[in-house]
Amino acid sequence: MQRVIKGLLLPATLLLSWELSARSGFLKAESLSYPSAVFRAAIGIVADGSLFKSALETFSAAVGGLAVGAAAGILVGVAFGLMRTLAGLMRVSVESLRPIPSVALIPLALLIHGYGFNMESSIVAFSCFWPLLIITESAVRGIEPGLIEVSRVLKFGLIDRVLKIVLPAALPRIFVGLRLAAAVSLVVAVTVEITANPIGLGYALIVAQESMRPDRMFAFIAWIGLIGWALNASLLRAQLRWFGKMGNWAEQPP
Amino acid sequence: MKRSGTKFGIGMWLGSLCVAALLVGVWQLAAQAELISPVFFPAPLRSFESLWDQMAGADFWNAFRQTLSRMAIGFVTASISGVALGAAIGLSPQLRTFVEPTLELIRPLPASAMVPVFVLLLGLNDRMIVAVIVFSSLWPVLLNTVHGFKTVEPRLVELARILRLSRLEMVWKIALPNALPDIFAGLRLSLTVSLILAVVAEMLAGSAGLGQNIILAARSFRSADLYAGIIVLGAVGYLSNVILERVEQHMLRWRTP
Repeated sequence: MQRVIKGLLLPATLLLSWELSARSGFLKAESLSYPSAVFRAAIGIVADGSLFKSALETFSAAVGGLAVGAAAGILVGVAFGLMRTLAGLMRVSVESLRPIPSVALIPLALLIHGYGFNMESSIVAFSCFWPLLIITESAVRGIEPGLIEVSRVLKFGLIDRVLKIVLPAALPRIFVGLRLAAAVSLVVAVTVEITANPIGLGYALIVAQESMRPDRMFAFIAWIGLIGWALNASLLRAQLRWFGKMGNWAEQPP
Repeated sequence: MKRSGTKFGIGMWLGSLCVAALLVGVWQLAAQAELISPVFFPAPLRSFESLWDQMAGADFWNAFRQTLSRMAIGFVTASISGVALGAAIGLSPQLRTFVEPTLELIRPLPASAMVPVFVLLLGLNDRMIVAVIVFSSLWPVLLNTVHGFKTVEPRLVELARILRLSRLEMVWKIALPNALPDIFAGLRLSLTVSLILAVVAEMLAGSAGLGQNIILAARSFRSADLYAGIIVLGAVGYLSNVILERVEQHMLRWRTP
């Protein structure tokens, strides 16, 4: 209990001094607003449906991109994991594409798709592809060789071998990859919206800033933080429930 | 950033270089035969030509210098303050009980979400860009440094006590080396973040730089220039990472592999 109080002390002090300095005119309230107004705005954007609408746009782009990027990453990762020669031969190609910062593709995606869902989810897909490729590849490499031998003895075809042996064995770590990629997808989606794409939570932030509504702007920021936190927490719980500690040693992103 | 420790021979490396060249060649032929749209996927040779032309002009080097210096100032400021703050927080259990919950609250917030706040406070200019880079690349170093300093092996602390090391010596000789691997993990993330935010903030603020170069190229459908810009940004990402990796290897050379 005492720990909780101590932990809340710092944010409470910060919020209180923000509130007081804005109200007393020390800080310009019109440019920075103050916590109680932000709180009211945070409830306001829920009540008028604008939070739900923007969150839905952001989520669909994030999930769409995650699905495509992750599926491709897992597929290529399994192939690379099973066939070392292939992985070796693709090494230069992979290593020269991977360091491209995802945001550098915003103008290209804009050129190809124009504004909207496609442009955003294609960038999300690019950024989710790499973590899953790398984690899947190393997870498949790490599979107990005995298991692969079993599949050989049973005369499994390639598809059976992948579906019945490789994927189940690599699943705990692939899920860790998915969890990391899900967090990435939300961050990238919001970033793309702030930079270029006029939909979703990121754009709502920009609109609030440009229309001089700092209270709404901070309210959206608070909700984005809360959504990100809830997403991470629930995926972590799911991972612990389904796989226990099995996947945890892949925790550090490569 | 090393991949699983497979031996990677020079033959395989040459082979994979050939595969990459082959892929670029296929792209080149497909673009020349107009199987793919030259507006969206210009022939690679044209992109390299454009890159070559750009590198002959002063504008490119000006943009390059601007972006790199913003990134460097932001990253170095964030690293120094992140390591200093993180060490202070990580070393003091009392301070941690007050500060850690707040850090955990801020951790999941996408750094880019704070960009509009900085725009509001500072306007669309260079100062805003640097402030955004500092702010967003501070968190990975800070959080990792805290983690590194709070997980000092207890036996090492006991050893320090037996050797009667002063507090400062304890920090310098035991806690810091112990935290270095974590600090570098944080620095690597921060470096990536600083490049990303430099590009994002430049696109928003319209300040001269590599980020602005590519958005301008896209707006006027100069796709070869756009690809040239993306190649440059990829190279910046790659090289900055290599440099940091070298520094890390040098500073962690005492560790048994």
